[in-house]
Amino acid sequence: MPEVKMTVNGKPASGQIEGRTLLVEFLRETLGLTGTHVGCDTSQCGACVVHVDGKAVKSCTMFAAEAEGAEIKTIEGMAEPDGTLHPIQQAFQDHHGLQCGFCTPGMVMSAAALLAENPTPTEAEVRDYLEGNLCRCTGYHNIVKAILAASGQDVSRIAAE
Amino acid sequence: MPKDGGIGASTKRREDIRFLTGNGNYTDDINLRGQAYVHFLRSDVAHGRLNKVDTSTAEAMPGVLRIFTGKDFEGVGGLPCGWQVTDRFGEVMQEPGHPVLAQGKVRHVGDPIAAVVAETYAQARDAAEAIELDIEELPAVVDMKKALEEGAPLVHDDLKSNLCYDWGFVEENKAAVNEAFEKAAHVTTLELINNRLVANPMEPRVAVGDFNRSTGDSTLYTTSQNPHVIRLLMGAFVLGIPEHKLRVVAPDVGGGFGSKIFHYAEEAFCTFAAKALNRPVKWTCSRSEAFMTDAHGRDHVTKIELALDAENNFTAIRTDTYANMGAYLSTFAPSVPTWLHGTLMAGNYRTPLIYVNVKAVFTNTVPVDAYRGAGRPEATFQLERVIDKAARELGVDPIALRRQNFITQFPYATPVAVEYDTGNYHATMDKLEEIADFAGFEARRAESAAKGKLRGLGINCYIEACGIAPSNLVGQLGARAGLYESATVRVNATGGLVVMTGSHSHGQGHETSFAQVVADMIGIDAAQVEIVHGDTANTPMGMGTYGSRSIAVGGSAMVRATEKIINKAKKIAAHLMEASEADIELKDGKFSVAGTDKSVAWGDVTLAAYVPHNYPLADIEPGLEETAFYDPSNFTYPSGAYACEVEVDPDTGKVTIERFAAADDFGNIINPMIVSGQVHGGIGQGIGQALLESCVYDENGQLQTGSYMDYAMPRADDVPFYQVDHSCQTPCTHNPLGVKGCGEAGAIGSPPAVVNAVVDALQRSGRNITHIDMPLSPSRVWQAMQG
Repeated sequence: MPEVKMTVNGKPASGQIEGRTLLVEFLRETLGLTGTHVGCDTSQCGACVVHVDGKAVKSCTMFAAEAEGAEIKTIEGMAEPDGTLHPIQQAFQDHHGLQCGFCTPGMVMSAAALLAENPTPTEAEVRDYLEGNLCRCTGYHNIVKAILAASGQDVSRIAAE
Repeated sequence: MPKDGGIGASTKRREDIRFLTGNGNYTDDINLRGQAYVHFLRSDVAHGRLNKVDTSTAEAMPGVLRIFTGKDFEGVGGLPCGWQVTDRFGEVMQEPGHPVLAQGKVRHVGDPIAAVVAETYAQARDAAEAIELDIEELPAVVDMKKALEEGAPLVHDDLKSNLCYDWGFVEENKAAVNEAFEKAAHVTTLELINNRLVANPMEPRVAVGDFNRSTGDSTLYTTSQNPHVIRLLMGAFVLGIPEHKLRVVAPDVGGGFGSKIFHYAEEAFCTFAAKALNRPVKWTCSRSEAFMTDAHGRDHVTKIELALDAENNFTAIRTDTYANMGAYLSTFAPSVPTWLHGTLMAGNYRTPLIYVNVKAVFTNTVPVDAYRGAGRPEATFQLERVIDKAARELGVDPIALRRQNFITQFPYATPVAVEYDTGNYHATMDKLEEIADFAGFEARRAESAAKGKLRGLGINCYIEACGIAPSNLVGQLGARAGLYESATVRVNATGGLVVMTGSHSHGQGHETSFAQVVADMIGIDAAQVEIVHGDTANTPMGMGTYGSRSIAVGGSAMVRATEKIINKAKKIAAHLMEASEADIELKDGKFSVAGTDKSVAWGDVTLAAYVPHNYPLADIEPGLEETAFYDPSNFTYPSGAYACEVEVDPDTGKVTIERFAAADDFGNIINPMIVSGQVHGGIGQGIGQALLESCVYDENGQLQTGSYMDYAMPRADDVPFYQVDHSCQTPCTHNPLGVKGCGEAGAIGSPPAVVNAVVDALQRSGRNITHIDMPLSPSRVWQAMQG
C-alpha cells in the first residue's frame, strides 16, 4: 500500500492507504481524528468539511492520496492549545448553535471558510453559503445567528434565544 | 431572578465544549481491539421468495470470517413489538414475526438477507457482491387501500390479510357521533395525506457488539435513545441473554427524533455475532442504507369530517384513517396511529362527540413508527386543516372560529379518554397575535403584491400529550412495558453529586438542564453536579427519551431522589448541630437551625455521611445516595398557537416562508435557551414536511427517495429566523417541577400553519383552492393553480 504524507493541524501526518481510501477515512481511522463526521454517502450533508490548503472541502469527496503534501485543518485544530475556543466555536456555544453536535464540526469549518472569504456576510449570504451543510436539530436559526455574531455583527435584534 | 445556573436560567451548555472541539464520543468513534466489520446484503426487491442464498464463493473471499443467513437465526427470537392494539371487535391485532435476517421471504427493499463479517469493511462489501441469490419476485403491495382489497398479495403468508387492526375510538360513541352529523347545520369534509417521512438524524445508526470470554458478558454500543429498553428487548426476546450479562451503552448520539427508539436487527446481529466469532463486530450504517432501514414516520391517508351547529359550535368529529405499518411491526408502531393519535383528536376545542377509525395496514415498505410528534402531528394536521376549511366555507374568521370553540375550563375531560389538567389557549393566541404582528400583515401583503408575489397568513393551534406515560393506563391500552423513569443521586464525600438518569440526551442538553434543577434544589453551583446517562451499567433501569418525556418524567424522578438526599442530609445536619430535624433549613448550600445563627455547610454534611465519626449511626446509615422511580399520574399537555406567512410565486408555484411565529405553553421552564432551540428544530422539521420532504415508493415498492439527492432535507436557505415565545405558562399540576415538555411541539404545530398560509395566499388571489397535499413543492402548487 502506498504511503501518504500531509500536514494536519500543523503537525506532520502520514500513513498507509489504499487507492480508494477517502480523506475522511484517513483522518478518522488512521489518524484517529474522529471530530470529522460522516453523515451521508452522496456528499450532501457537510458533516465532514475540513480545510485543505485553506479551502473548505468535503473530505468524503476527496481521496487521501489527493491530499499528498497538503495543509489540512480539522475541527480538532480550531481551538487554541490552551483550550480557548476559536471565536466561531465560542459563538456557537453562546448562541446555542448546536444540539446533538454531529453536524457541528462541518458547520464550524464551513463558517470559518465563509468568514475568511466574506468577513461580514448578510443573513442571506450565510444561509446561501451553508447550502452544503445539513443540520436536523436547530432549524438553522441559532447557527445563522452564531455565524453573524462571530463576524462581529450585532445579533441582539434577532429573535431572542 | 434565578441565579446563574439555576432553574429558569439560560445557562450555556456544558456538553457543547466537547462537540465543538471534535471530542464527542459517538458510537462510530468507538473502535475495539480485534474488531471485525459487518456488511448486510439487503433485498433490492420489495417482495420475493428466497429460493437460494449461496454464500460458498463469498466465504472464500479475502478477509471473510463468516457469513450469516436467516438459517443462523432460526433458533433465535424475532424482533419484538412493544405494543398490542385491540381492534374495534375486541380482537388483538395481527402480529407477524420479524426475523433478524430474512427467512423464506423478503418483504421490503432493504430487508437484510445475509451478513458478511470480515476483517475490513471493504472486504465485507466485496464479498457480499459474490453471494449468489435466487429471489422469485412476487407482486408487491404499496398502496394501503389496494393492500386491503380481496385477493391482494399477502405481505405475510401466515396472516389472513394485510390488515393489522381496524381500531375504533371510542367505539361506543359511534352511533351518537353519526346522529350528531345528521343533525348538523354544517359539515366540512377534507381528505388529506400525511406524507411519509424519514427522520434523518445527522448521525446514521451504528452498532458495535462485544463479548468478554472471561466473564461471559456481552456489551452493545449503539445509537439509541433508550439503552435500557434495547437491553430488555434484545436480551429477553431476541437473544435470550439475562440483563445482568448484557450491557448496552448509548454514548453521544447524534440526534434521534424517534428513529433511534426502536430495537433494530443490526443491534441484535452485532451482539450475536460478537459471541459467535469471539471478536467485536461493528456495523456503521451508510445514509443510503439508513433510508431503507431506519423506521419511517407518518404515512396516513385520512378523511376528516367536522360537524357544526347553526352558531358555529363544533358538535362532532369523525375520522377515517389508513395508517401504514410497513412490512413488519416496529417496536412501538401500533401505538402511533391509535393511542398517540386518536386521543388527541379533540385538540384545543370543546367537541362533545368524536369517533376515530384507524385501519393499520401491512405493505412492502420499510416499517413505520414514531417520528417527532408521533401521531400527534397527524391529529393536529387534519383537525387544524379542517377547521380552516370550515371557516372559509362559513365565511368566518379562522381565529374567531377557533377562539369560539376553545376549551376554557380545566381540568377538561375530552371525549377521547384523556383529561387535560391545565392550559390557557386564549393566552397563547393573544401572544401569537402580538409576536406575529397580525396588524402589519396587510401592509406586508401589499409589498409582496408589488413584487408580483401572493402573500398568505396561516395560523393553527395544537395540543399534545407528553410526559409519557402513566404505566397503569398505558398497560390497559396495550403497552407491554411501564413508562416510568428513574434517577440515582450519588453525593460524594466532598460534596459533588453525580445524577444517574434513565433519560438519554441526544441533543436536548440534559447534562446542562438536569444539573440546573439539582443545583437549584440544594443551592450549590451547577458545576458540582454531573449528569450520567446512556449506559445500563451505571444508570438505574429507565425507559429513555422520547415523547417529550425527559424533564417531565425523568426530571421528576431526579427531583424525588434529590428530595430524599436533602431529607437525609437534614437528619445529619441536625445531629451535627444538636438540633431538631424539624428546625433544619437548607438554603444556598447551607443547613441552618431556624431562629439561630447556627449553620453547617453542605460539604460538612456530605463529609460526615462518608466519614461518620460524629454521626447518628443508630438512626441512619452512612452514605448519601438515593434512587427514585417516578411514574406520572397523567400525561402533560403542552399547547400553543403558531402562525406562518408565505409568499407564493404565481409563475413557478414556489413557496417561501417569510415569517414564522410560535407561542407555546410548556408550563415552567428550566432553561429558556434550550427550550427555544427545541422549538426551532421542530419548526425546521415541520417546514420540511410541509414544503420539501416526502418518502416516495413506486408501485413496485422501489424506494425512489433513497439519498439526499432525492429526499429534500430543509437547508439553511429554506427557512427564516423564527419568532418563538414561551412566556405563557400554565404549570403542569401533577409533576413536581410543573413542566410539560417541549421537544415535539415545533414539529406538531408547524405543518398546518404552512399549508393554511399557502391556501390563504391562493384564496386571496381569487383561486378557489381548498387543499394541497404536502409537500407543497413548486410543481404541486403550480399544478393546483392551473385549476
